[in-house]
Amino acid sequence: MNWWQFKKRDADLERELRSDLELEEEEQRESGISEGEARYAALRAFGNPTVIREQTRAIWSWNWLESLSRDLRFSLRTLRRTPGFTVIAILVMALGIGANVSLFTVVRGVLLTPLPFHDPDRLVMLYEAGLLGDDSTGSNVVSGGMYAEWKNQNRSYSSLALAKGIRVGLSGSGGQLPEKLNSALFSWDMLRTLGVQPALGRDFTLADDSPGANGTVLLSWGLWKRRFGANPGILNQTIFLDAQPYTVIGVMPKWFDFPDSSTQLWTPVYQENPEDVMTSFSNHQFRVVGRLKPGISASQGVADLSLISERVHNEHLNDPFVFRSASSRPLLEHLVGEIKKPLYLLLEATFCLLLIACLNVANLQVARAAARRKELAIRTALGGSWLRLIGERLMECLLLSASGGALGLLLAFAALHWLTQTRSDMSRVESIHIDGVVAAFTVGVIALCALFSGLIAAFSISDKRILSALHDGSRSGSGGSARASLRKVLLALEVGLTVILLIGAGLLLKSYERLRSADMGCITQDVITMHLGIPDARYATPAQRANFYDTLLDRVRALPGVDAAGFATVVPGQGYQMDWTFSIVEHPPLPQGSGQFALSRWADPKYFHAMGIPILRGRTFDAGKRLDAANEVIISQSFANQYFPGEEPLGRHLRGNGRNAAVIVGIVGDTRYEIGEAPRPVQYYPLDAGVENVGTLVIRSSHDLEQFALPVQRIVSEMDRDLPVSDVLTMNQLLGKSILDQSFNTALLVAFATVSLVLAAVGLFGVMSYIATQRTTEIGIRVALGAKRDQVMRNMLLDGMRPAVFGLVVGLAASLEAGQLLRDLLYEIKPLDPAVYAAVAATLLAVAAFACIVPAWRASRLDPMQALRAE
Amino acid sequence: MSSMAKQAQQRVGLLQGTLDMLILRTLLYGPAHGHQIGKHIQRTTNEFLQMQHGSLYPALHRLERRGWVVSRWETAPDRNREFKYYRLTNKGRKQLVAEESQWKHMAEAVARVMWPAAEEN
Repeated sequence: MNWWQFKKRDADLERELRSDLELEEEEQRESGISEGEARYAALRAFGNPTVIREQTRAIWSWNWLESLSRDLRFSLRTLRRTPGFTVIAILVMALGIGANVSLFTVVRGVLLTPLPFHDPDRLVMLYEAGLLGDDSTGSNVVSGGMYAEWKNQNRSYSSLALAKGIRVGLSGSGGQLPEKLNSALFSWDMLRTLGVQPALGRDFTLADDSPGANGTVLLSWGLWKRRFGANPGILNQTIFLDAQPYTVIGVMPKWFDFPDSSTQLWTPVYQENPEDVMTSFSNHQFRVVGRLKPGISASQGVADLSLISERVHNEHLNDPFVFRSASSRPLLEHLVGEIKKPLYLLLEATFCLLLIACLNVANLQVARAAARRKELAIRTALGGSWLRLIGERLMECLLLSASGGALGLLLAFAALHWLTQTRSDMSRVESIHIDGVVAAFTVGVIALCALFSGLIAAFSISDKRILSALHDGSRSGSGGSARASLRKVLLALEVGLTVILLIGAGLLLKSYERLRSADMGCITQDVITMHLGIPDARYATPAQRANFYDTLLDRVRALPGVDAAGFATVVPGQGYQMDWTFSIVEHPPLPQGSGQFALSRWADPKYFHAMGIPILRGRTFDAGKRLDAANEVIISQSFANQYFPGEEPLGRHLRGNGRNAAVIVGIVGDTRYEIGEAPRPVQYYPLDAGVENVGTLVIRSSHDLEQFALPVQRIVSEMDRDLPVSDVLTMNQLLGKSILDQSFNTALLVAFATVSLVLAAVGLFGVMSYIATQRTTEIGIRVALGAKRDQVMRNMLLDGMRPAVFGLVVGLAASLEAGQLLRDLLYEIKPLDPAVYAAVAATLLAVAAFACIVPAWRASRLDPMQALRAE
Repeated sequence: MSSMAKQAQQRVGLLQGTLDMLILRTLLYGPAHGHQIGKHIQRTTNEFLQMQHGSLYPALHRLERRGWVVSRWETAPDRNREFKYYRLTNKGRKQLVAEESQWKHMAEAVARVMWPAAEEN
């Protein structure tokens, strides 16, 4: 039945009642009663027509809607009457719901949505595993040789494909500057394995992916739009990558971002890489994706591959760097493995925040119920049913959480927009968006909040107390103490949750501080770094490369303001990057099957000075020794300690990775390859050998660092027009970038904890003020009878602090457990860090005392006469 | 408070079933409007059942909603005015038979408990 039908029926009913009533009246008159009397007699016989109408109307089931709209109107009116409360409650809810919705959206997009590939559940990431040299690992990148063996001999995978992230220089063309891009090498069947087609053009073929084939390249959607104006005519055109010609054969779909979101180009791996890399069993550098055949489990697949690895290992017993087994992980887990834990942690934190928000709103509601107890009592006495009162409470809370939720959704929109902008490096960030499921989640959260806070508030109005409310309303000595105690319990809960958040935030904050202040082993102030790579095509010989470096460094050092400059393949903080096997010529050969490897870097003689890496003993490279004559090596302190215990390393010789033996000429201080990782042994070889073609230029200066970007760029482009300079970062920025995750998580958790602390303080303040108002008369009497004011104040303070202290104890106890969740995210501190616990306890007590002191002070200043007159 | 509400509900519930039956039975004589039905029940029971209009009209509308009666505005033969006349439907007739037999069983059962001697005679 719709509205107008309902109206019609209502009019009909009214007419029916009127006509019957008139008839009754006429009959009364006919029985001889006077005109005026007849009407009343009729009404007496008939009953109240309005009530009858109400009751009859109830038959037509529209009643519930009507009462709902009445509740709604009533709640709106009540909320409008207390705008302060309403605004605070809505804001609190908006914060809680907004945080939850954003985090849920992120978790759903990143962790729960299946990968956008064909049948993604059958895709696995494959690794080599087991003992290697003196080390052992569960998941290592794969060697080209092992991949080939796996591919040819396995019976568990319908296909195995290869990928490797690299960086290439895209030459300038049509007035555009050359630039350095993240690119990936794919085996020709990678896209087939994933089940993806290019959006434009064609996929790689086997012929494209063989040594000696012409270069082919797939462009990302973004690069195609940005650099080539989304012109489909780019297909079959030639572009230059590292000064080599490549034919554009296709453009990938917009969403495609494998192996990571920064990848902008894809080229075939066999066409690109020298054959010895692709056949070596000990040179590990590839990621392998496999698609399991139907009916084969992941572990069966791994067992199959491990058998192959074992056989290959046994055939190459003289090479200690051939793995003997394999391992796998679902592809999704590989891609999001690192952010899974922090994300869930943040989700838990936002849930805590929401709970606090609900408790706070419930608390405010209880306070309001307390203030309105006389109104409620009178309504109950007049026959208002308890269910109606609960219904109204729920309706109020629903209104509050719905408005809060709407606002929260806006907040979530803004937060997610900000997140996808600032954290475009996060894996799968493109799959984060608000959709139907998120909307449903929001509605669910709103309903839950309304129910939770509404029920708590509703149960504070128990029907049994109606009479007592009317009683003690007239002279309240200790009135409403029961309600105050409910509020104290809620507060204790709130404080407890806040403590958990504070402890979590405190631990992360301290850990982050430790990270930031970790000694990198080099100067981190006043140093700027720039990434530079010279293409093999134009710098084919060691001499050409060495000359380039020499010229570049000479010109950079000549720039005004440059205190020192150097060049190294990898600088501290840039990651593990590369290691080399080595043997010590003077030591007896190692037993078969064991071998040594250490991080390897190439550096120019003045690099150590420029970076402030101390030369502890010996000297730096001899600048006069170049190319083949550059047969020196410098080792780090931990290298010396580990491989030359109780021995003089200087003058000994290292034979690195099949090269000629080099003499150790110096020992330098340890550095960290990554912030938060312990220093590892490093071997430095001279850049002037001309072996390496990519690296980082470092400039130290006490002047404004940013100003060097342009002059250096000019120098480079004067030397080679097509050479891009990229990643211009100060050392601080570089390190900050590498701990972006930690700083991000820490910032969020600290924000959540701060908000909850404020909420708890507001709650405490509210309860204290309420208690103080409740006890106005009592305090008045006490003061009148001679109680000391500071005593009154102490009493009030203690009263308010009790729930805070109780909550603190509960929260600290719960944190012992919750802190364990953080274990993996902490750097150099334990989850039970006493300093953090002490600091949190102190902060909380201080905030609680501050929140209580104002109402307590006010209570102690009461004028007894006024207090007694207040009723 | 809540216990009181329960009591009230029980009273209505008891009356409701019987009232429905009484209305249906009254309409067996032919169409009638609310006032007539009320008056009829009151008169027939020798004013024993004081008709509560507060339950009569809800009951009529309930019956109409269940399809046991239909209503129409018709001019009364003795007054020159329209009244809302209710008349029994086939469904209502069947319902009356069912309720009647149910009531009979009930009355017999109650009687057996209340006056066991009469049964033996």
